[in-house]
This record gives sequence, structure tokens and C-alpha cells, in this order.
Amino acid sequence: MHRVTVRLGEATVLQDVSFELAAGCFLAVVGPNGAGKSTLVKVALGLVTPQRGHAALFGVEAGAWPERIGYVPQLKTFDRSFPATALELVTTGLRRRWPARVGVGERELAYAALSRVGAEHLAKRQLARLSGGELQRAYLARALARRPELVLLDEPATGVDFLAEHDLYDLLEGYQRDTGATVVMVTHDLAAARYHADRVLVLNRQVHGFGTPDEVLCESCLERAFGHLGHHHALAF
Amino acid sequence: MSLLDAMHLAFMQRALAAGVLIAVMSGLLGVFVVQRRLSFLGAGLAHAAFGGMGLGAFIIVSSGLLASGVGLLHHPLWIAAPFSLLAALAIAWVREHTRLSSDTAIGVFFAVSVALGVLFFSLIPPDVNLGLSLMDLLFGSILAVTGPDLAAIAVVAVVAVAFLLGVWGRLAYATFDDELARTDGVRARLLEYLLFACAALVIAVSSVVVGIILMAAYLVIPAASARLLARSLAQMTVLSVVLAVVTTVVGLGLSYLADVPSGSTIVLTQAALFLVAAVVSRS
Repeated sequence: MHRVTVRLGEATVLQDVSFELAAGCFLAVVGPNGAGKSTLVKVALGLVTPQRGHAALFGVEAGAWPERIGYVPQLKTFDRSFPATALELVTTGLRRRWPARVGVGERELAYAALSRVGAEHLAKRQLARLSGGELQRAYLARALARRPELVLLDEPATGVDFLAEHDLYDLLEGYQRDTGATVVMVTHDLAAARYHADRVLVLNRQVHGFGTPDEVLCESCLERAFGHLGHHHALAF
Repeated sequence: MSLLDAMHLAFMQRALAAGVLIAVMSGLLGVFVVQRRLSFLGAGLAHAAFGGMGLGAFIIVSSGLLASGVGLLHHPLWIAAPFSLLAALAIAWVREHTRLSSDTAIGVFFAVSVALGVLFFSLIPPDVNLGLSLMDLLFGSILAVTGPDLAAIAVVAVVAVAFLLGVWGRLAYATFDDELARTDGVRARLLEYLLFACAALVIAVSSVVVGIILMAAYLVIPAASARLLARSLAQMTVLSVVLAVVTTVVGLGLSYLADVPSGSTIVLTQAALFLVAAVVSRS
């Protein structure tokens, strides 16, 4: 990203955000509420166009290669009255359309993706009946089904219990090891950023730090981004 | 005359053909109307059609087209359809560009359209025979479907069904989660505008037959019944069309046998099936 500035109405959500991420990295994006973390993800996905600066993925403009990205959204905003099974959701990761019926080849790939996240048993379950953790697995399977080169996750641990959260990070690390993919994860969990990421971006509308966890997750850097709370966060992990 | 004998009559055949075409269109469209929580859209656009009919009737009378002898041009649908289309696109625009919710945006156009309809119909001299009564527009008269009505319905049915089936996968994806679909390259905003435009045309041509008041029910009840029974959107889509067609044919038959208004009989048949679906789904 190069000097990306995004304004939503009167508010400047991102200002002059610049960083470059090498392929194969695990980047954690941390920052307080309203820091622009989700907007940063949307810029990367091509959903939000910056007023200034530009964002590029794989050497081309953001949004040009949706099939190379696996995205796990922050809030499961789908309508729970929508009649859908986990298998159908995962199939959208392969087809990029809602399936009228799931073909044999797609079914095998979708089951393999569900199996990878330990959710094969959820395939025929209605999404409306899944718990937060189960839903998260289904969304992760959907994102991984197309074997993306970049996995973008927006606060994936929201609504997930402690064990499921650790399973999630293990899965992501395993996928990254197997495929050499890049992982970008927005998180509030500074401990997760320290232990699972090899790069950390500290964001509060502007970049307050970008580097290895040891370089960036220091008291002064967090204090700049979080204010006084940064001190307590820094001590907490 | 038995129902089977009645089916040999040209007006019954036209009524059945129009009813089935409307059922297929509204059954397909209704799936997205129900899943996108746009049930009020049906009522809003039907009333927009009423405004358009009023404007169309006024233009036809005041411009002398009524005396021209060109039958097709007598029908206010030629004005009502583009009028409804504009109203639908305006509602979609307001939804996208303002903070107003769907029902508020639809409510504004609903009220303005009814006011326009009443105003324009009141400007037509009472001795002018349009071949179309206000009661027909409000409550429909499927048994009075004319050849031009049927032709217009058939053309819109072909276009609407081809569009809805052609974009079904993308529209369903955007209906499930608009943002997720957009990350996968689905042009969700454009699809919404096209869906609204399609709804406007379907509702405008169908309102002539089933009436403005009952059109909204036609769009909602078969799809809602299908939702109660289906486990996937594809199942819901098929069931919605099947239920709309079956209730139309049964309702039409019952209305003939009982000699009661056809539009209300069809909708009441749909409502009865909805009750059955609700009971079956709970058990």
C-alpha cells in the first residue's frame, strides 16, 4: 500500500498508510476500535477505493484477482433466515456464485476444505443452526477451498472460545506452511499477534509501527496507537 | 357449464395463460423479494403502477389516442410500465445513497404514486370509456384479460424469467451476503438495480390482471410458503414457482365454480397453502 488515504463522509479513516508485505508472511494488523483496520482490509479487497494513494496485490490493482484471495469477514452479516448449508457456503469459495446444486467435483473439494478445518460433520447442517465457532470454521473452509495465495481475516476470533481460537491459529499456520500463502489477520488480540504473526502492523488511522512483533509490540509504539490503554495491553502479554 | 367445458372458452384460456405466466414470474421474483426483506416493495411498486396507469389514462384521453383506433395504444400500461420502472430505480437509488431504510423509501413513492393516480384519474371526464375501470385496477379481473394484455405479459415473462435464471447464482450470493459476493467480483449494486427494474415491469403488467391490491400478496405468499418448506435456496425457488402456479390454477378454477372474484380467490388459495406449509414446517 502506498500513501493510502480513505475518507468516509467527514471522517478520515486511513491517512497516508504505506507498507509493503512480502509473499509468505503472516501479518497481524492491530489497533484500537475505529482505527481503520477493517477499512484497510476492504481497501485490499477492492471494496473501498482510496481517495489518495493506491493499493496493489500481486503487482496489480487491489480487487483485480478475487480468485487468489480467501476472505473471512468480521461479522457474519448474512440473513439467518437464508436457507443454506455449510456445504453450499464452502462451494461459493470455489464457484464465486451461489450454487443451485453442488456438483461431484465441487463436493469433493468442499468436503476436503471442511475436513481441513475439522468441520466435515457440519457439511449438511443449516448455517442458521451453527454456533459462532462452527460458523467461523465454515467461513474459513470457504476461504481456503480455492487454495488462495492470500488469506485475509477480519477479527476471526470474534465469538470463538479459547480452544477454537487456538485451533484457528494452528490451522492458519498449517495452511501457510503447506502452501506458502500470505496471511493477513486483523485482531484485537496482541498475544495472538505476538505468537502467531511474523509481521505486525500497528494502526490507528495512521501506521504507528510496522515490523516484527518484537520491534513493534513495544510499550511506546502501543501507547502511540492505543493511548494509555497501550500500557496495560503491553503488560498483559 | 362444467369447468372442463369452460376451459374451451377463449377468455378462460387467456386467463389461465396469463395466470400461469404471472405465477412463474412472481414465484421466481418472490424468492428474492422475501429473502431480501423487500415484501413492501411489491405493494409500493404496485401502487407506483397505479400512479402510472392514472398518468397513462390521462395522456391517452387528453392526447386523442383513444380516438386513434390503434388498439394497443389505448392501454395505459405503456405509460405505467416505464413509470413503475422509474419509481423502482428511484427507490433503489434512495436506498443506496441516503440513510433511509427500504420501507421508508418505498413508503414515500407509494404515497406519491397513489396521489398522482387519484389526481390523474379525477381529471378524466366521467363519460370517457377507457375499457378499464378503477375497480379492475385495484382488484384485478383475470377473466377480462385481452389479447394485448396477454402479449405484454408474455413478453415481460420471457425477459424476466431469462434475467432471473441467468443471474440466479450471483443474485443469490449477493442476497446471502452482499459484501462477501462483492469480494468475489459480483456486481451486487448493479444486480440490485436490475432486480428492482425487473420487479417494476413484472408488477406493472401483472397488476392489470391480478390488481394492485393483490399483487404484493402474489409476490410474497408463494415464496414465503416455499421458504417454510425448503432447505436450500434452489429448493425454495422451485417450490415457490410450483406453489404459485398450482394456487393460480386451483384459485382460478374455484373462482369460476363459486362465481366469485378470481384475484381474491387465487390469493386466498395461496394463503391456505401458506397455512398448510406453516403447520408442516413446524411438525
